[in-house]
Amino acid sequence: MSRGSLSADLNELMQEVNRLNPGSSLKLNDSIVCTIYSRAEEITGGIVLRRGKPKFDWDKKLDDVITSRVFGFPSMLLLLAVIFWITVAGANIPSEMMATAFFWGQERLTALLHWLHAPAWVNGFFVEGIYRCLAWVVSVMLPPMAIFFPCFTLLEDMGYLPRIAFNLDNLFKKAGTHGKQSLTMSMGFGCNAAGVIACRIIESPRERLIAMLTNNFVPCNGRFPTLIALAGLLVMGMATSLSASFIVVGVVLTGIMTTLVVSWLLSKTLLKGVPSSFTLELPPYRKPQLGRIITRSIFDRTLFVLRRAVLVAAPAGAVIWLLANVHIGGVSILAHGANWLHPFGQLLGMDGYILMAFLLGLPANEIVIPILLMSYMATGTMIELDSLEALRQLFVAEHGWTWLTAVCMMLFSLLHYPCGTTLWTIFKESGSLKWTALAALIPLGIAVIVCFVLAQSARLLGWV
Amino acid sequence: MGNRQLDNQADKIISLYDLPVGRSATVSSIQAEGIIRRRMLDLGLVPGTRVEALRISPAGDPKAYRIRGAVIAFRKEEAYQILINL
Amino acid sequence: MIALAGNPNTGKSTVFNALTGLNQHTGNWPGKTVLRAAGRFIHHGLTFKLIDLPGTYSLMANSVEEQLARDFLCFERPDATVVVLDATCMERNLNLALQVLETTPRVVLCVNLIDEAERKKIYIDYRALAVKLGVPVVPTSARNGTGLDRLVENISGVATGRIETKPYIIQYKEEIEEAVRRLEPKLKKLVGDAFNTRWLALRLLDKDQAVIAAVEQWLARQDDPAAGMAEVILA
Ligand SMILES: Nc1nc2c(ncn2[C@@H]2O[C@H](COP(=O)(O)OP(=O)(O)OP(=O)(O)O)[C@@H](O)[C@H]2O)c(=O)[nH]1
Ligand SMILES: [Mg+2]
Repeated sequence: MSRGSLSADLNELMQEVNRLNPGSSLKLNDSIVCTIYSRAEEITGGIVLRRGKPKFDWDKKLDDVITSRVFGFPSMLLLLAVIFWITVAGANIPSEMMATAFFWGQERLTALLHWLHAPAWVNGFFVEGIYRCLAWVVSVMLPPMAIFFPCFTLLEDMGYLPRIAFNLDNLFKKAGTHGKQSLTMSMGFGCNAAGVIACRIIESPRERLIAMLTNNFVPCNGRFPTLIALAGLLVMGMATSLSASFIVVGVVLTGIMTTLVVSWLLSKTLLKGVPSSFTLELPPYRKPQLGRIITRSIFDRTLFVLRRAVLVAAPAGAVIWLLANVHIGGVSILAHGANWLHPFGQLLGMDGYILMAFLLGLPANEIVIPILLMSYMATGTMIELDSLEALRQLFVAEHGWTWLTAVCMMLFSLLHYPCGTTLWTIFKESGSLKWTALAALIPLGIAVIVCFVLAQSARLLGWV
Repeated sequence: MGNRQLDNQADKIISLYDLPVGRSATVSSIQAEGIIRRRMLDLGLVPGTRVEALRISPAGDPKAYRIRGAVIAFRKEEAYQILINL
Repeated sequence: MIALAGNPNTGKSTVFNALTGLNQHTGNWPGKTVLRAAGRFIHHGLTFKLIDLPGTYSLMANSVEEQLARDFLCFERPDATVVVLDATCMERNLNLALQVLETTPRVVLCVNLIDEAERKKIYIDYRALAVKLGVPVVPTSARNGTGLDRLVENISGVATGRIETKPYIIQYKEEIEEAVRRLEPKLKKLVGDAFNTRWLALRLLDKDQAVIAAVEQWLARQDDPAAGMAEVILA
């Protein structure tokens, strides 16, 4: 058979189609859907029976509060604050317990290696590098995430997320985008890469791209505990988890505002266009299966954190240890890098080591804090890092941190480029190197500007 | 098509957006074209369907409507393109 | 191979998890699943591959996910398609179910969320529904595990051909039916039994660009199985 003969037949067929339905005069689609619906009505007519109304309309009562003019926004804020407070307050104790246990394990390991007469570098590389980095990632990341995610999943299963989209849509519309962006942002809390994939629910390519480029402004699983730890450091004197959670709420709100502003800027410049159509189904509220969800999501998160820890934190620990212990001209490579970055870090209210940690943390945000700790400890005196107080000692007394350092680091963590996995996902989803690059450069630019302005004005005004 | 109807019975046909919360009405025609039209039809908004206005977002827009047992939110722009018989 | 289709948020992923024992994410909002997932279950020694599709309101392919789901159902032709319906919202769910019945006779209807329907005092005569539509109808409450045994039984029956189905086919207005009658024989000659020609005729009449492109691609492959080139050009 000659190539293309069948295709030619199809062309002929399409001409026939044009004859049968000239200028689409049959209004086929409308007519088909109308017919289907009238059949569906006929079918359900005798078969689906409604016997009276339910006694109590929970959906209506709940929605009357959750989407009301008066309580709509305050209740959202309150819910956010409560969840963060539970997370911050609840994570403290298990975090410290795990840190203590890991530290105990580290001492035993060192003792074992000593007893085996292993060379010093073995202890350094494996225990002080790999083991310690892993231990920090797990003890800093796991407890808050194992508390936050069950709460979040409960809301998700109840049906709260579409209400957020319903409440916030007008803001997104004003920013030239789609209300479903708030759903993708919610997914971003779990992992920005998952948030980027969730952007598929946004139909207009322009709005989807905006949602992908701004998903990073939602603190993900890897950055959220970093923010909590820094917030804890900030309020140390007051020592209340309530004020720490307020700070975290503030940071998250800053992220949401940044998302809206950047989305607006993008839809006025690079991704010009008007908001597309918006239809959103609000499903009925469903009673979540408490037990199953809690066990399920704790288990899920534990696996997620552990997997990331093994895949990223362990190798990172090894690399950092090498960087901190291989010396060139009497100074470690890490210190060389940090020294080089230091002036720039100072401009942004931070220091060279912090910037170094963010740079090396590109593969995964989880390792930013461990990298920072390791590089600080490699340069200072050895201390037992088993409490927040010790952490504070290290940061404030030995490395001259002020509140400005902590705030700038939080803002930089919130705003800077997405992690490697997320960038890779953006590349796969957008299929474009240009947008992937912008997905890194836009947030980086914003992070640099915000930190610079804050640091310089704080110094100018004599606040620090 | 919808416009002609509008002229004939101007007193009775309004857009879905103008349906006050708590009231219901039947769909008269869909003015939207293309994909939005299809989406609306697929949601069951064929002429003759009953819709009820349920609530307004605290931000003023969108509004939620009950359509064949489901609750669907439309922005102002979409709701304007749905004409109803009051 | 078995496909799970249905409106968004009707519990497809929950059914999928219950049957395969996997942990596909579920959530009470439309659009939770955007990537299709595959798993398997065994019934009476037969292994079935189950595909969880993103939720769709129709098969007219108005969005990327809908197109994914539609292409899968129509062009990959699963051995059976399970349409998961929301018992509290039957009319709109039937819109999709009737469209699926147009594409393939091997369908099992899974009326899910019956616990919620009960709470809302909605009662459904499943037997009458099955008689009307000519395919098995199974009431389930996937989250509580109710009705899943019967669902598996019916899926396996339909996929293996043990259960015969006589799907309800919608008759459209006369002009459309007339046009379909003219097109169908020609289509039959062109594609044989590879596609459902009635459905294809309707889609072509509607000038559905995605379907036309898919058919073109398929024909190019038939013309010259080795010709990747033709496919690329036509695509
Ligand atoms: N009460 C009740 N809830 C259910 C049942 N089946 C599923 N659900 C809940 O319904 C919600 C939606 O379920 P999913 O399985 O995610 O729905 P889906 O069809 O996969 O949704 P999409 O992926 O968005 O298309 C979840 O919150 C489930 O827990 C059921 O039989 N009864
Ligand atoms: Mg799903």
